[in-house]
Amino acid sequence: MKVQIDPERCQGHGRCYDLSPDLFTEDDEGYGRVAGDGLVPEGGERAARVAASNCPEKAIVLVEEA
Amino acid sequence: MTVDDRFVRDFREGQEEPLGTRNEIITGPVSEWATDFSHLEPEWAADPYPIQDDLRGRCPIAHTERFGGGWLPTRYEDVAAIAYDTEHFSSRAIIMSNYRPPRDIAPVGAVPPISSDPPFHHDARKLLLPAFTKKEVAKREEAARAFCHSLIDGFEGAEIVDAARDYAQHIPMRVIADMLGFPPEDGPRFREFVEHALEGVNLPPEQRVANMGELFDYLLEQIRDHVAAPRDDLTTYLIDAELYGRKLDPSHVAGTMALLLIAGIDTTWSAIGASLWHLAKTPADRDRLVAEPELLPTAMEELLRAYAPVTMARLVKEDMHWRGVDMKADDWVLLSFPAANRDPAQFDRPGEVVIDREINRHAAFGLGIHRCVGSHLARMELRVALEVWLERVPVFGLADPSTVAWAPGQVRGPRTLPLRIG
Repeated sequence: MKVQIDPERCQGHGRCYDLSPDLFTEDDEGYGRVAGDGLVPEGGERAARVAASNCPEKAIVLVEEA
Repeated sequence: MTVDDRFVRDFREGQEEPLGTRNEIITGPVSEWATDFSHLEPEWAADPYPIQDDLRGRCPIAHTERFGGGWLPTRYEDVAAIAYDTEHFSSRAIIMSNYRPPRDIAPVGAVPPISSDPPFHHDARKLLLPAFTKKEVAKREEAARAFCHSLIDGFEGAEIVDAARDYAQHIPMRVIADMLGFPPEDGPRFREFVEHALEGVNLPPEQRVANMGELFDYLLEQIRDHVAAPRDDLTTYLIDAELYGRKLDPSHVAGTMALLLIAGIDTTWSAIGASLWHLAKTPADRDRLVAEPELLPTAMEELLRAYAPVTMARLVKEDMHWRGVDMKADDWVLLSFPAANRDPAQFDRPGEVVIDREINRHAAFGLGIHRCVGSHLARMELRVALEVWLERVPVFGLADPSTVAWAPGQVRGPRTLPLRIG
């Protein structure tokens, strides 16, 4: 699984980096950023889903690998 | 280097009174909420949720002739759609009142960036964002925690304390005064400014103008003091800030300071108070949080959802048919994030406080480009205020539920909250 942030939707609520700091971080203006390459390590799927389902702007995209 | 003389003269001098439009002030009991709503009446202040739930079921976009005409959407999807639609809805006024500022005040508005529309909004907001990131506000946590402890030290020997007056209100006042570089002992004046701006909506227009004048007199005094003696705070930052290659207009500097002062105080004060009110009347939730402090961040989001303090307003730009209603240019729209947060189409068991609710896409801090710029600060203050309270006062209850009083208007929270702590 991979996580992405749609920068058109993100407004910097920060729920993703609050809830799943291993997968997300903040930039200098508080907008969310994907940490590293966005690949979710094994066992991190739940954290990815929690972040995605709490984003008020629905800005987090989960890409399930085929 | 040239001397900064922007604030020597009062920037309001020589400005003509803005024209705008005034309408008749209508107060008194609401006969029918679908056609005559008012968020300033005591019934709404005491408990707006049954009113909102009723409207959502039968007339999801309510109307009023008060305030010169306005709408109240109660469904999450409608609130979200309006928050995202800056093409049809303007932020040139965000407090629903009996006065509409003239159209040419857009896109800046009186208190940028909350009163601004695109494209100016983005640039004015960008100036503030770096000061309000999670990382930046974390630097204030230690001082906020020590301050909360000092407030509770003051309860020594008391059996009953007013958690709104003696605790909640002081925390955001102190934090924002520190950030702006205002004297901490000016707290009581801040309370007056907040009440004037947000609760004095139905006062006579001359009185409202005079009240706002007092706030801007105070801000100008602080600005001049900072021009004479710059320091490392937000006031000096705004005085020095540049946009489009030049320093900000004096009215922009003062307007943004007014915004930070007003919006930084009663919102968080309300959130802290409403959370303590809920815990005081719900011993099971209180005991669980005392036993499991690691649950607090999750519980806090649920308390923000269920008791979201802030409602914003917009003005309709042009006549239009919108989702079944005929909106007229300059009609108000009351953007009720509290109503959105209790929409059963968006949340399971919306009327219940489920303190371990894991999926909580609430809109307490707004949606879209006007997301509360202070949300990270507010969350830090709310978390620290509750952590310290629960650590120091693990057992407490409502001293007398009938004496709890809630602020009317667009920022709702307890203003009197007597709790038994001894």
